[in-house]
Parts: sequence; structure tokens; C-alpha cells
Amino acid sequence: MGRYVIRRLLQMIPVFFGTTLLIFLMVNVMGDPIAGLCGDRQCDPATAAQLRSEFGLDKPVWQQYLTYMGNVFTGDFGTAFNGQKVTELMATAFPITIRLTIVALVFEIVIGISLGVVTGLRRGRPVDTSVLILTLVVISIPTFVTGLLLQLLLGVEWGVIKPSVSSEAPFNELIIPGLVVASVSLAYVTRLTRTSIAENARADYVRTAVAKGLPRRRVIVRHLLRNSLIPVVTFIGTDVGALMGGAIVTERIFNIHGVGYQLYQGILRQNSQTVVGFVTVLVLVFLAANLIVDLLYAVLDPRIRYA
Amino acid sequence: MRGATQVKWAACAVAVALAATACGGGGGGGGGGGANGIVSSSWGDPQNPLEPANTNEVQGGKVLDMIFRGLKKYDPKTGEATNMLAEKIDSKDNQNFTVTVKDGWTFSNGEKITAKSFVDAWNYGALLKNNQKNAYFFGYIDGYDKVHPATGTASAATLSGLKLVNDRTFTVKLSQKFSLWPDTLGYPAFAPLPTTFFSDHAAWVSKPVGNGPYTIDKYTKGSSMSLRTWDKYPGGDKAQNGGIDLKVYTDNNTAYTDLTAGNLDLVDDVPASQLKNVKADLGDRYINTPAGIIQTLAFPFYDKAWDTPGGIKVRQGLSMAINREQITDQIFQKTRTPASDWTSPVLGAEGGFKKGLCGKECTYDAAEAKKMVQDGGGIPGGQLKISYNADTGSHKEWVDAVCNSINKVLGNNKACVGAPIGTFADFRSQVSQQKLHGAWRAGWQMDYPLIQNFLQPVYYTNASSNDGKWNNKQFDDLVNKANAEADKAKAVSTFQDAEKVMVAQMPVIPLWYQNGSAGYSDRVSNVALNQFSVPVYEQIKVK
Repeated sequence: MGRYVIRRLLQMIPVFFGTTLLIFLMVNVMGDPIAGLCGDRQCDPATAAQLRSEFGLDKPVWQQYLTYMGNVFTGDFGTAFNGQKVTELMATAFPITIRLTIVALVFEIVIGISLGVVTGLRRGRPVDTSVLILTLVVISIPTFVTGLLLQLLLGVEWGVIKPSVSSEAPFNELIIPGLVVASVSLAYVTRLTRTSIAENARADYVRTAVAKGLPRRRVIVRHLLRNSLIPVVTFIGTDVGALMGGAIVTERIFNIHGVGYQLYQGILRQNSQTVVGFVTVLVLVFLAANLIVDLLYAVLDPRIRYA
Repeated sequence: MRGATQVKWAACAVAVALAATACGGGGGGGGGGGANGIVSSSWGDPQNPLEPANTNEVQGGKVLDMIFRGLKKYDPKTGEATNMLAEKIDSKDNQNFTVTVKDGWTFSNGEKITAKSFVDAWNYGALLKNNQKNAYFFGYIDGYDKVHPATGTASAATLSGLKLVNDRTFTVKLSQKFSLWPDTLGYPAFAPLPTTFFSDHAAWVSKPVGNGPYTIDKYTKGSSMSLRTWDKYPGGDKAQNGGIDLKVYTDNNTAYTDLTAGNLDLVDDVPASQLKNVKADLGDRYINTPAGIIQTLAFPFYDKAWDTPGGIKVRQGLSMAINREQITDQIFQKTRTPASDWTSPVLGAEGGFKKGLCGKECTYDAAEAKKMVQDGGGIPGGQLKISYNADTGSHKEWVDAVCNSINKVLGNNKACVGAPIGTFADFRSQVSQQKLHGAWRAGWQMDYPLIQNFLQPVYYTNASSNDGKWNNKQFDDLVNKANAEADKAKAVSTFQDAEKVMVAQMPVIPLWYQNGSAGYSDRVSNVALNQFSVPVYEQIKVK
């Protein structure tokens, strides 16, 4: 187990460098960011040259990358164009996005898995069919439609929620945005759980458990669900990273100043230090989530053992 | 049926949570009404640190407008520059000015405002090493080329043209005659700065201190700013409300939604997609007034193909092929006005705006347009590419419409195409490095309401924003002559003569004047936009 974890951690190093380099090159390919800082007019060449040297943009790309990575290891993620430290931006953005992700995950796990179990055990019944149709509908509607519709109905028409989230973004204001972010994944989780449960419901070990006279609840939760959750956990694990980086649309609709917003702003202003900084952290989140998922397999299925 | 109960339970939890959100949440609108009422207003994240000489866009300008007052102030209605902190600005030769600062003004931290507060601030703004993006504003002052050379490092730390005389007086020597120069001093870049700006710069930037009707109470970078009325403000334009809460919106659609839901009092940027609903949503609480912004199509004169006698005819023909009325109606829902000169209606007739100055060259005339383009030898390269940035400002819609208009007139579907460029920064860098060989979207947002500002920085030979590198001696001479003119009316008409040169040459095609648009809630009244399309915050009244 321990050796396996160490091996996995070592594998992360090249992945980490590769992804950061790719992102760095992508932002750099977009051209010179300084020209956009003066509105519809020319920056005067002297000021522009000075800004370039201040942000290290006058050096060759490989040198910029090495300097940047060197700084990252000392905890210095550089500065955004408005003079704020990128670490400051992260300190405000990540907590908000993490809260949003937690809300979304709770929805996915609680609603998705319970619906999946219910439908998986009642295959072909009306409940099953209606939930299947419902998930299909949810999957086929784009997030921004769901978001704008809920915002209009709940926020403007009925006044149940505020259409925009305040800058502190406490949990209770993130419930609807969280639901919107989670909606598509929620539908997938439901369908995955359903299929998995339906398959395993006829497995030998379930029949044995029932024959032993175990209570129905115990059979479902301890034996059936535990085994059926493997594909679901895999999906949720990868979804954590996607939720944190991919909530740009929802964050814009509900005016949540999280990671998505900072990334969007960074890309728009071609501020490589912001973009690479945030993406670096997201890459780490992805890698960590993946590792945790793999370790969870062993917990869920006793037959899986890591040497 | 156990599963079913679980579902029910989950549904209940959601319902409870929803109810909780309804009761929870931060304060949207302000607390009380009347003179102490707080107005909440939409905001965008300023692109640069909030220093007066470093702020060159509306979002940062908004704040500077509230917390600073300079020597002059522009009347929000007429645009006229009136003395604010200046007691008088005298000159005998339109090149050497003596500025006297009024007595009795202080910064909100109690520090007295003297002539030195201005001189130090201007020297800071002009000095190359401080990276101030508005440094060129000080370019008319003698010695600017020493503190801010085009290349290399500064050979002087202060402007030789600025001299302190005593506590309340300083003199300014310009490098050329510029009779209207005192009228430029209402721009925030010329604001005075307290000593704390220099002694503890980091602290000042995180919570700027100025001398305007408002003080900054709380500033959370990137998300919100609370401004409160400064009780001891000595000026005549005291705030009529208790303060302003600015809230950063990532998307102006969300801000608009918040306004319609009663969560926000003021939106100063109504999204184009909502213009159709504005009347139904807001009734007469929607403002649509001219702002000092003109949008144009610029051409590359560094490219020999465009800089020909035939090219003049082609450009005039293209200008006549654009159906400005139709585009401003259908795409902009009348938030733009077809342009017929190179200035802006906010200047007023006295300030130099002249409707129809461009005449038939800027009027849609399909038959004549086609003939002109053919007479001029057709579009260089056979196709007009109009470059624009695709990331903001919904430029795609109007560029496509302009091209359609041109293509219809010329009877050729390929005569004009839009050429999107990913980001604004990339677009600007291609423009400034002269990489474009077709037309591109250009625009000018005035710095101060003077006709000089619409012409000299943009079309004078080698001027800072003359991106197309157009040069014309006749035009330059007229601009110089106008600047040396002591009589304002004469100066203005000379500038208009310079514009007539542009009609004959058509270096850029004027498209339309942009309006500022705003919407407000029924909690507030007396809302107006000034000619910079910024709300006049201090005049807003809370019911």
C-alpha cells in the first residue's frame, strides 16, 4: 500500500511539469498582453517596455517558464496586472469554489446515489422509467440554460433567492448555483449507480446474503451498494477537478468570484501568471483526487489489493 | 419502499435549504433612505492599480471620480470645465501658466492641499519608472522628454516646466502653445496626492485616500468597495446620499438581473441583449445619453496599397456604402447615433461638434458608393478585411453588419469579411505593431471634452494613438494653428477646418457615436450619466 502510494506520487512529477508547461505555452502563444492594458490607444513604448521587463515578458519563453517555476517552488506565484499577488487571488477564489464544489458533490452523492439505488432496484417500473427520462432531459439541457432559468424563476419572478451571490458567498447562497453545477453530473451519477446496482443485484453474493436472512437494508447498503459504487466513485473523483475548474459558466451567471472567474479574467487579459498559477493548483487537485479514488477501490472492494 | 422515503427526505432537505437562503444572505439594497441612504451600483474589476495617473478605463475612473477633485471639474451636463480647486489659472502667452490653488481644501485624512500636492503628483505621474499608463497627459509640460524618454532611462526626476512659487501657487511651462490646456486639468490624472501616497504607497493603493465628496470605507479587491460621504467635504458638490456600494459583476447580464429583482440600485452598462426589454422592465428608469466615444474604421497608411490617390476614393466609397442608420437601429437599438464628423455630440455646438460636417461622404448612397470604389481602382487586394477583438463588446455583430452593407452595395459577397482576433490584448498588439493590412475597428474615448482631444492624439502625424500612421501636413498645420489660437471660438473653427481635410482624405471612416446607457431602481432618483458615461454619483437621491 505505502509503496503503491509513493509510486503514484512519483508519477505525478512529470505530469505536473508537462501540464504547467503546456498551459504556459498556450497563454504565451496568444501574443503580447501589455498592448491591451492601455485601452483603445497605444501604450507609450517606454512604459510598455518597462512593464514587459517587470513581468519578465522580454525574456525567451523557456527562460520565463524556468523563472516562473523556480518562483513557484518558493511560494511566489507572481503578480496579476492589477498589482495583486496571485496568491492573494487564490486565497479569495479557492475557498469560494471549494464551497461550491462541496455543495455540488453533496447533491451528486445524496440525490444521485439514492435515485440510482431506487431505480436500480425497480428496473422497468414507472419510477425507473420516469427518472431515466428526467436524467436524459437534464443531460441534454446546457448548464447556462438551467442556470439562467433558475435565476430568473427563483430570483426575479418568485424572489426565493437573490439572483447574484454576495462577495462572501456563504454556503446557503451557493445551494442553487451548486445544484446547477451538479445537475449534469448528478444525472450521470444516477445512471451509473442504477446500471451498476441492476447488474450486481443478481450476483451470487447478494443471493447468499439474502439467503442468510440478512435484513434487506443491510444487504443493499453493505453488500450490494459497496460493490456497485466503484464506477460511481471513479466518476465523482474526476468530477471534483472538473467542478473546480469548469464552473466558469455558472460562476458568471450567479456572479460568484471563484476560480472560474479568475481564470476567465486571466485568459482575457492574457495574464499568464494568473492562469498558470490557478491551473497548477487545479492540476494538483486532479492528481490528488485520482489517487484518492484509486485508494478507495480497495476500501470498497475487498478483492482489490495494492501491493 | 425504503428507497422512496429516502428520496422524500432528500427533497425535504432541499426545500428547507431553499427556505434558509430566502432568509439568509447579505444586505442587497442600502439601509435607510433620504440623505443617509446607500446606493448600490454595479462595478467591474479595475484593470490597473487605482492610482490617478494609472487609471485609463471607466471602472477605475468611476472610483477616482468619487474620491478625487482636481483643479478643474467638468460640468456633468454641459461638459464645461469650471474651477474646482483652482482659484485662477493665468497665462499671457498660452504657453506659460500660473496656477493658484484655493485655500481651505484638505485631503480626507486632514492633510492640507497645497501647490506641492499637485506638483509632486504630476511629477510622479510623468516619471517613467513609475509605470503610470497615463503619463502622456503630462507630455505637454516642458521637460517631459527628460523624465519619460521614448527609449532608455530618465535623465531627470522632475519636470523642468513645473515650478513651485509658494504654498498656493505654481507655474507650468508647456513645450508648445496650447490655449485650451487649463481645460484638460479636470482629468483624474491631474489630481493632487497626499504625502501618504509617496511614503506608504502599498497601504495607499489598498485603500486610496483623496479629497473628493466620498471616502473609501472598505475595499475588497476584485469584489466590492464601500464609499461613504465625507462630512467635511469643502466643495460645492457635496454628496446627496449617504454613500455608494460598488459591487463587481463578472457579467453585466447578472447585474441587470439583480436590478430587475430589486437587489441593486444602479446599472451603468445595460447589456445589448437586454435593450429590447429595457422599456418593459424599467419604464422611464432607463437612461440613454451621448458619451464622448466615437467608433471608427481605421486604415493602414503604412501599407502602400492604401496610401494612394485612388485609395481616397475607395475609402470615401466604403464610407458611403455603410448604412449607419440601419445598423444603429437594428443592432444597437438606438444606443449609438450615426456619426457625421470625427468628434462627439457631448462637445455641443460651441465645443466643436458639427453634425453633418462630413456631408455626403458619410451618408449612405449605394449607387454613388459603388461608382467611387470602382473609380478608385477597387479595394486594394480585392477584399476588405475588418479586424476586431472577439472577446468583449459584441463587435462581431456590427462588423458583420457593416460588411453585409458593403457587400450588398458592391454586389459582391466576398468584398468585405470580418477578421476576429481572440483577445483585446492580442488585437491591440497587432494594431500597434502594424501587422494589419486591412481595416480594423478603432474607437476613441475622450479624455476631456475638447475638440482637440478627438483630433490631435489620433490623427496628428506620429501622435500617440495614430495607429494607421496617417500623415498630412495641411491637417497638422491647422491643428498647430488652432492650439495657438487664444480665442476659443476661433480655435474651435480652426479645428473644424482640420476636420474638413479629413473629409477630403477619409483617413478613418466615422461610424457612430456611442451612448452611455444606465438603468436604476425605484429606490433612487436624480440619476444621470456624465459625458464619460459614468454615473454622477454625488447627485443621486435615495427615497
